[in-house]
Amino acid sequence: MCVSPTGGLFALRFILIAWAVMDGPAQFTIDEDETGRIRLSVEGPLLVSSVGPLDHDLEELDADLGIIDLSGVDAIDTIGAWVMCRLAARHEAEITGAGERAKRLLDAVEGAGNDGEMDPPRDPVWLRVPKGMGELVFDMRAGIIGVVGFLGRILIGLGRLIRRPSTFPMKAMVRQMELVGVSALPIIGLMSFLIGIVIAQQGAVQLEQFGAEALTVNLVGRITLRELGVLMTAIMVAGRSGSAFAAQIGTMKLTEEVDAMRTIGISPAERLVIPRILACTFMMVLLGFYASVVAIVGGAVVGQVALGIPFFTFLERIQEVVPIHDVWVGLIKAPVFGLIIGLAGCYHGMRVEGNSEQVGLRTTMAVVSAIFAVIVLDAFFAVFFTEIGWG
Amino acid sequence: MDDELHDRYSGKPPIVVEGLTNRFGDFAVHDDLSMEVREGEILGVVGGSGTGKSVLMRSIIGLQTPSEGKISVFGRTITGIDPDQDLGVRCRWGVMFQGGALFSTLTVGENVEVPLKQFYPDIDAGLRREIARYKVLLSGLPEDAINKFPSELSGGMKKRAGLARALALDPELLFLDEPTAGLDPIGAAAFDSLTKELKETLGLTVFLITHDLDTLYEICDRVAVLADKQVVAVGTIPELIETGHPWIQEYFGGPRGRAAHAAHERSNG
Repeated sequence: MCVSPTGGLFALRFILIAWAVMDGPAQFTIDEDETGRIRLSVEGPLLVSSVGPLDHDLEELDADLGIIDLSGVDAIDTIGAWVMCRLAARHEAEITGAGERAKRLLDAVEGAGNDGEMDPPRDPVWLRVPKGMGELVFDMRAGIIGVVGFLGRILIGLGRLIRRPSTFPMKAMVRQMELVGVSALPIIGLMSFLIGIVIAQQGAVQLEQFGAEALTVNLVGRITLRELGVLMTAIMVAGRSGSAFAAQIGTMKLTEEVDAMRTIGISPAERLVIPRILACTFMMVLLGFYASVVAIVGGAVVGQVALGIPFFTFLERIQEVVPIHDVWVGLIKAPVFGLIIGLAGCYHGMRVEGNSEQVGLRTTMAVVSAIFAVIVLDAFFAVFFTEIGWG
Repeated sequence: MDDELHDRYSGKPPIVVEGLTNRFGDFAVHDDLSMEVREGEILGVVGGSGTGKSVLMRSIIGLQTPSEGKISVFGRTITGIDPDQDLGVRCRWGVMFQGGALFSTLTVGENVEVPLKQFYPDIDAGLRREIARYKVLLSGLPEDAINKFPSELSGGMKKRAGLARALALDPELLFLDEPTAGLDPIGAAAFDSLTKELKETLGLTVFLITHDLDTLYEICDRVAVLADKQVVAVGTIPELIETGHPWIQEYFGGPRGRAAHAAHERSNG
């Protein structure tokens, strides 16, 4: 059964390859043989490492070859054989002088043929452009159906969980709350603190021109509680957690984990999507409020250091100058933003199909669409709350 | 000069592993493992699950830095070298991973072109495409697979595409990680004969990890058995059975082993 290989041949091959690597590309000469046919004699190694330049020179050859003499070839591999075979086919030349190994390889290569179409068929440009447009429109339709279907599945999942609360994936949700909320505390705290400092310091510089430095307290208190605390937190959460949702769920789709869940009868909407969306919604409220508070503390530090307003006086003034509805504005916006971030992350994660590039693409789309939606909605909220008298 | 090279390469096994130890935490997968692969053979590597067959392969191709020991490939020591460093031997081996490990954003043809582009940028694009096409056909894939993406291929086709990429540079040494796992029997037999044919036409040395007893009987020149953290035996299957090692007895003497042996006997007699 077991044929022991002839060591000599292989040893020879190793030497030749090593020699070829050192000795550079193969050479060729052209002459005429006795019968008047043009003969191309190739010398040296015909290997993948050396055949590139040779092939280039042979391309430019305009002689009508009749014979290709390989007797000077000392090493050959399939790629060298391919080049020779192609050359012979183009000139309808005859290959002579091939060694035993060369013959075997040439036969193997010849069997593969070279008449196949390499490039995929491509439409002319006047067809491709409208086709691309049409596909975009169709994709948009599919996208809208996808979003509606996704929302529907979440609603169905929520309905089922409410009817059977014992099946609620509590553990998954608590875990997500930790990831979205608790582990974001340091970075969001630092960010908000710095933003509070910047607003207080820059605001004071401007207000000083009107002799109204004391109004820095109003500025910091109202802008952080109403707008910046929640908005900056939403951007941070979209970047931290929205992207993580998309990447996690997307990878799970690629590794067929999502399919496996379905076959066991677990709904991915219930087990993966709902805990993440709920965690994101709840945590945005807490993080948004936390961010506003830390920003006010940052402002108070600037007040103490640069404006001569004592730290605790600053905090007391906040209570007097900031109307309570500013807190409500922030707290109403926060869960909506959280919901959007969670939905965008999970939706794009579930849409991943095919390859790893899709994971990256969908993660980017999740973050971009979440931040965009958050900012647009924030503008609507601003107008809305002013209109209802919470200006 | 030729004599010097002759001394360096001829007759020397392409892969030599000496005293290899791989530890993960306190757990040793290999302990003082030694083996060698001879020129021009198909060496089958078998062992129970978790005996470190894949870790052994990863150590040899430089993806896993061993805790101790020395590994040389083509006479060049590859242990103790940074895995991203150019080993000078990478263009002389081809590796087919278990799932194909194709680059998912490239078509099959482009996957095969990657090593060519990496090592031999002076080959022009047209020739490179032709070579890629030839290698894809050589690995037994249909012509229309060249422009498909990996996600459009079945498991068996992914393996063949992985093989095509491994063969892109006409390597002297081919690593196959469970090539027939997950294939239907007809596909597995076809893959076996393809491996053997490639070995014979291209003069390959093959390091083949497998669980497939038919593969062992049909195409392997020698079989190395991994057990007890070492290579407990290397040889032809009859030689292995003679060693009397309990795991080997169970492996080749079990119902599947006997069936594969009977099938082999039938096809040869």
